[in-house]
Amino acid sequence: MKILLVAEYRDGQLLGTSSELINFATSMGAESAMFLVGSENKLPSYNGRIYLADSGQAGEFNPDGHKQLLLEVIAKEQPQMVVLPHSSYGWDLAPRVALALKAAQISEVVEVRDGHLVVPACNAKLRRQLKPVTDNCVVTLQGGAFTPSEEPSGTPEVIKVEATAAGAVQFHGYEEAAATGVDLSKADIIVSAGRGIGKPENLEIIENLAKALKGEYGASRPVVDAEWADQSRQVGTTGQTVSPKLYVACGISGAIQHLAGMKKSEFVLAINTDKDAPIGEIADVLAVADLKQLVPILTEKLNAL
Amino acid sequence: MKILVCIKQVPDMESKFKVNAAGNWFDETDLAWRMNEYDEYAVEQAVQLKEQNPDAELTVLCIGPERVKETMKKALAMGCDRGYHIADNDSHLKDPFAIASLIAGYAKDQSFDLIFTGMQSQDRGSAQVGVLVAEILGIPSLTTLVEFSYADGTINAKRELEGGTKAKVSCATPALVTCQLGLNTPRYPTLPNIMKAKKKELLSVPVEELNPPALLIETLQVAPPEKKGGGLILEGDPAELADQLIKILKEKTTALA
Repeated sequence: MKILLVAEYRDGQLLGTSSELINFATSMGAESAMFLVGSENKLPSYNGRIYLADSGQAGEFNPDGHKQLLLEVIAKEQPQMVVLPHSSYGWDLAPRVALALKAAQISEVVEVRDGHLVVPACNAKLRRQLKPVTDNCVVTLQGGAFTPSEEPSGTPEVIKVEATAAGAVQFHGYEEAAATGVDLSKADIIVSAGRGIGKPENLEIIENLAKALKGEYGASRPVVDAEWADQSRQVGTTGQTVSPKLYVACGISGAIQHLAGMKKSEFVLAINTDKDAPIGEIADVLAVADLKQLVPILTEKLNAL
Repeated sequence: MKILVCIKQVPDMESKFKVNAAGNWFDETDLAWRMNEYDEYAVEQAVQLKEQNPDAELTVLCIGPERVKETMKKALAMGCDRGYHIADNDSHLKDPFAIASLIAGYAKDQSFDLIFTGMQSQDRGSAQVGVLVAEILGIPSLTTLVEFSYADGTINAKRELEGGTKAKVSCATPALVTCQLGLNTPRYPTLPNIMKAKKKELLSVPVEELNPPALLIETLQVAPPEKKGGGLILEGDPAELADQLIKILKEKTTALA
């Protein structure tokens, strides 16, 4: 089998997902080549061919242009599988390429079992094993699912491809997250609120536990989207990635995007009414309880110590 | 101006899921259904655009069995003008390409200026359907939007990237956009609007009349994830739980040191 890997580049930097792509190809026992719109000064360590288009010419974000370049490389390499990260770059580009190839796309692969691709469903409560019926397929990989134990090595052979097509979408640059006072990545203890807090007034319960533990409070995405907590408090893929000594997840079911932002915590205590919540998969301790009852009692007892 | 918003009905994600007898999806018994959360943002944005352009016509489209009409009625109560329902008892067996082909098949002769979808569904999460619809129709698409504005045939928007960064993008209409959580604040339908929605047109067309394409993906198995051992599970009286937790925090962490 031959796989074409599509690496990501943003704001002048190669993104770390390329090592996950390489590891996926290795785990499939497949021959691989890589495609990158980036810079020859920022190449991944990789023992293979990289088809490189210059991001200065092709644009860092140019869906039509990247699709055309990728299709040209696919025509040359004839891979059976095209693999991208399941990221804002990958999920945008992958369906465009899949349709042009008349190929099935399998999104957010977390595992390969018996040679078949496994994807999550229903907030990670189910898994589906899927098989493309088409000869070729496009695949996106869930972030972190194929992280290699060792970083790949080697120097790639670079084959330059020329960018031409202007696209229908114009890109006008990046807007960085507003600088905030809270750097959760430096906190040793984080107590986070999820949808389970039920209403904004209950955020205080979480803040009080954080205070009792001399830590910071955080929040999951739904709490931030509902404007119950500031965006600077958000833990997860689109917020901050944290690795505290203690992470207390209160009323957080454990969506993949949240887990990706906190699973490197040393010790995870989850408080949730649902014993089967996905957060239980990575929690060291899951207390099955209503946070609105348990957290105030816990806080009171901690303050009395 | 003509606007289309595509929505999906999904089970409440807090539900417990059991695999169905056929082993190809979940069992529907005892599930509560609601509008896919991402689509609520899509409907809200479409309704805001309609309010900004009073001559605009806004259609909501949904594929699925009879029960999805309840979710369509919510979209009508939020402000969509009419509904187009593709009646399909087997929609859960279709892949993203088949769903996108059905939507594009409807949209191709309607000359919509703007099509809104959620960036993904909560149950399948492929994040493919919106982009595929746009590619089949040959119109530009902007995905994962957290900001949207439209004026004089141009969309200006911000895409959400990882780590809190956003990308500023624009394109000309006709176009399709996929909506990320947090794009706006979806409204709750008011009682008068719920009553009005009951009188709005809701056309239902059997999927068999629309020649859905052959599937590109075969489902081999659906199963709960294997428990990876997991951690200690504690249950019981909150006060006793609190004592147990403090003991564990003292023994296993440095938090109380």
